[in-house]
Amino acid sequence: MSEFKANLDIRHRAGHIWRNIFRASTVFGILALIVLLLNIANSAFGYVAIENDINPADLAINSIPIEQLHQVDLVWILEQNVSAGLFRRLESEMPWEERAREEIYDLVVERVVNPQVVHTWPLGGSLFHRAEIQAEVAAKFPGATLEFRSWLTGDFLTTPQSPEADRAGVRTAILGSGWTIAITILFAFPLGVGAAIYLEEYASDNRLNRVIQTNINNLAGVPSIIYGMLGLAIFVRALEPFTSGAIFGAVDDTATASGRTIISAGMTLGLLILPLIIINAQEAIKAVPNSLRQASYGMGATRWQTVWHHVLPNAISGILTGTILAISRAIGETAPLVVVGASTFITFDPEGPFSKFTTLPIQIYQWTARPQAEFRNIAAAAILVLLAMLLSMNAAAVVLRNRYNRKI
Amino acid sequence: MRIERIFADKNKKRKIRVDPLNLCHPRSNHAQSKRELIMTNNNYAIEARGLNIYYDDFLAVRDVNLKIEARKITAIIGPSGCGKSTMLRAFNRMNELVPSAWAKGEVLYHGENIYAPDVDPVEVRRRIGMVFQKPNPFPKSIYENVAWGARINGYRGNMDELVEQSLRGAAIWDEVKDKLDQSGLSLSGGQQQRLCIARTIAIKPDIILMDEPASALDPIATLKIEELMHELSKEFTIIVVTHNMQQAARVSDFTAFFNLGEDRAGVLEEYDKTNKLFTNPAKQTTEDYITGRFG
Amino acid sequence: MTQQIEIPSPSTTTIEAGYNRTNDLRKRRRLGETVIQTLLFLAGGISILTTVGIVYELSKESVHFLSQVSLIEFFTHAKWNPQLGNFGILPLLNATLMTSTTAMLVALPMGLSIAIYLSEYATPKASSILKPILEVLAGIPTVVYGYFALTFMTPLLRSVLGKDVVEIYNTASAGIVIGILIIPMVSSMSEDALSAVPRALREASYGLGATKLETAIKVVLPAAISGIVAAFIVAISRAIGETMIVAIAAGAGPNLTFNPFLPAETMTGHIVRISGGDLSYNSIDYNSIFAIGLFLFFITLSLNIISQRVVRRFREVYE
Ligand SMILES: Nc1ncnc2c1ncn2[C@@H]1O[C@H](COP(=O)(O)OP(=O)(O)O)[C@@H](O)[C@H]1O
Ligand SMILES: [Mg+2]
Repeated sequence: MSEFKANLDIRHRAGHIWRNIFRASTVFGILALIVLLLNIANSAFGYVAIENDINPADLAINSIPIEQLHQVDLVWILEQNVSAGLFRRLESEMPWEERAREEIYDLVVERVVNPQVVHTWPLGGSLFHRAEIQAEVAAKFPGATLEFRSWLTGDFLTTPQSPEADRAGVRTAILGSGWTIAITILFAFPLGVGAAIYLEEYASDNRLNRVIQTNINNLAGVPSIIYGMLGLAIFVRALEPFTSGAIFGAVDDTATASGRTIISAGMTLGLLILPLIIINAQEAIKAVPNSLRQASYGMGATRWQTVWHHVLPNAISGILTGTILAISRAIGETAPLVVVGASTFITFDPEGPFSKFTTLPIQIYQWTARPQAEFRNIAAAAILVLLAMLLSMNAAAVVLRNRYNRKI
Repeated sequence: MRIERIFADKNKKRKIRVDPLNLCHPRSNHAQSKRELIMTNNNYAIEARGLNIYYDDFLAVRDVNLKIEARKITAIIGPSGCGKSTMLRAFNRMNELVPSAWAKGEVLYHGENIYAPDVDPVEVRRRIGMVFQKPNPFPKSIYENVAWGARINGYRGNMDELVEQSLRGAAIWDEVKDKLDQSGLSLSGGQQQRLCIARTIAIKPDIILMDEPASALDPIATLKIEELMHELSKEFTIIVVTHNMQQAARVSDFTAFFNLGEDRAGVLEEYDKTNKLFTNPAKQTTEDYITGRFG
Repeated sequence: MTQQIEIPSPSTTTIEAGYNRTNDLRKRRRLGETVIQTLLFLAGGISILTTVGIVYELSKESVHFLSQVSLIEFFTHAKWNPQLGNFGILPLLNATLMTSTTAMLVALPMGLSIAIYLSEYATPKASSILKPILEVLAGIPTVVYGYFALTFMTPLLRSVLGKDVVEIYNTASAGIVIGILIIPMVSSMSEDALSAVPRALREASYGLGATKLETAIKVVLPAAISGIVAAFIVAISRAIGETMIVAIAAGAGPNLTFNPFLPAETMTGHIVRISGGDLSYNSIDYNSIFAIGLFLFFITLSLNIISQRVVRRFREVYE
């Protein structure tokens, strides 16, 4: 009897230990997510030490700081401090009188003050080791000022790319992502929903249709980089006259893009998420009660009338939810776009489907790959932008899903 | 009131002995009362000939020969799983929505086999409408529920009129006339079923198939549906599946009794005028079934 | 004898008020329907075209490649160095196996533990909170994980194991982060398999006096094993095909090493690096990445097909 009791104790203790192991694993998963987010925040904010070529205070005229100086005085400061050649070039680009005061002020800051980030500290250090950082700045960068900076700013969103980290922004990348995803949606949504309708409402159970279904399931598991290679071979190379815009006469200064254009990128991502859209849409269509179809057919409706008037309206929120999830996958895709040929450096806004492109994840990849710390900072800021985009899309999907669940 | 009358009729007719073969030779029964003559007017709306229905290789209904009288109510009764629904759905090719279902034999509608290869099931269903066991209104407004079928069937007349007329025909107008723009799903079960009947009669079919139309409803709603069927039979041929023998006896003019044959295939055991079948069945199995000995 | 009561015969053409209908039941030519059905079929067919396109394009370039490099060299040569004309896939394949193995060492125990916790221990309320969090983890773009590997995992490894042991780029860091990336996938698929085990089986086990752990490990887990195996196989396939994490954190340059703390380029990482540069069509570099791609496609497809087979067998048991 006592032996039995001891045995029971051991068994319960083992149960206890293992339950804690299982729970710890779950906590680990959540912790990983938290650490990942903190790690990004850690780089996206923090102290920076800034050194100026000329201290702005020294530029004050009659002790009026440059922030308040008149346009004419600002031009004078420029004339005094930049080379004569640069001054003339700037003037010939646009006469000083025609420029706004703000623009000239920016020029003074950029060309004369020329602030440069000489060192950055992550958010964690900035919060908890302020004194040490101040001491370090005083010792190592005597001429520098310490400033708390959010690398994610309004300017960051609206400035195009730049070779210098603290002047670079994600405008080009956001627009590129927007264009690319627009093409992806235009391409994949109708095809995906069409295929799902075909498989659920039209296809009889024959060999061909089974092959199509199996094939779609398999395509969903193909690594995304393979789609990139398909895009490279088909859209960029074989269909170059079309994807470069040549046959539309749409060739402009971006003609050098050859087939490496937004439309190639969008269609590649379209092929990539097509299986996901189809599978999700099939689930949504399957969820439409059969009694509705019966009612419709029983009244002499044709197949398409049944689909259009009854199946789709009742499946649409499910289809949209699934599509949004598929699109958020596309927004974050990087590897296939590298293969298709995203541009490594463009500063102009994309003008249409035949422009060269970069996207937000590509930008993050390129900045992350740079060894300098400031590029890590702006990569983190760009990641925050990307995550915010994805978060809002997922929120939209959740809202749609709730509406859908309430209705049925 | 009406029920009393039906039973009164029945009592009266109980004395009349009818040759079961009179269905095959309806012309031979001119000796009968006027009502009997109406009941066998030799005017068939639809006829199954040697009909076998399969799900894949499972034979669900075996070799059915059945002539349905026009503008009468024909009830199909029988134990659960004997193929009543399958048989009913064969009359407008609704079985085809089940991919595994297929049929051998003929169903003649106006002398034409609706299973002929060049026949369009859509056209068949426009003439032979269907009401289902569970009320299944569209998740649309009450008005749209009725108007939709008419529209896709190419109705060109005044839609408001048709909707009103159909809802009146289904004895639901008074209950819904003030809320035509509300969802059909907001109605009670019985009302939903009458709405489904309204949308079916809006497309003016010849025949209305009903698969246990009242089995999901409470007794009062059931009574309303039964009364409605009587009204509708003045204008439409009605074939109704029911597992409720009282109901078959109350509402139908003819009754077809299906039973599970060998290999679980449904067979048409007996087919006769309702009062005959219920009072003086030709077969022992029929008698056993209607007296509740099995099923 | 004639009928005494006239009933209009339905066998005449019925033109009901508002309907123009005849008794003609023959098929109508519904052009719109035919066109729509054709279009929908073509939409479904695109997926076939995609597969055909993948196989055709990858094979076509691979054939060009294999006309210059023998299959034997491709699979046995220990160096991949296009400048020197060395095209042995071993270093790339080895790096892929290193990262994938590391990833599975993280993802399998973690994912399975989470699945067991969610299906056997967690209250419904707890799992309704935990599952969406895991979904978020699964929805984060891989380039972000790459950033995480390079800026968090690698420094962590270096501070724990020493900077002279762990290089800045290494397969261990990339592998661990891939593992974290696929934890949600393993846990959700395994949990589906565990939850599909009938309640009766658990109750039978409790009835015999088994503890919760014994029920979970000795009864539920074996019953769900093929679903879990399928999840593992899909996860391996996902780890092998993962690209951005290795491209960012594992290092550039093929390196045949078994030391997980040294840089080594995987198959996917190599494809990304080569195609990200200036690549001219018809060069052997261009052909070579397609050969790698074909090999990769073949591996992942086989794994996915195997996992589908396993799942199907599993379904047969319980349905
Ligand atoms: N969709 C189907 N697939 C396969 N078998 C079916 C299907 N529908 C009905 N059956 C089978 O056909 C037989 C008759 O079914 P049904 O017509 O629904 O019977 P009833 O309506 O008389 O209860 C049953 O044995 C049933 O299992
Ligand atoms: Mg039935």
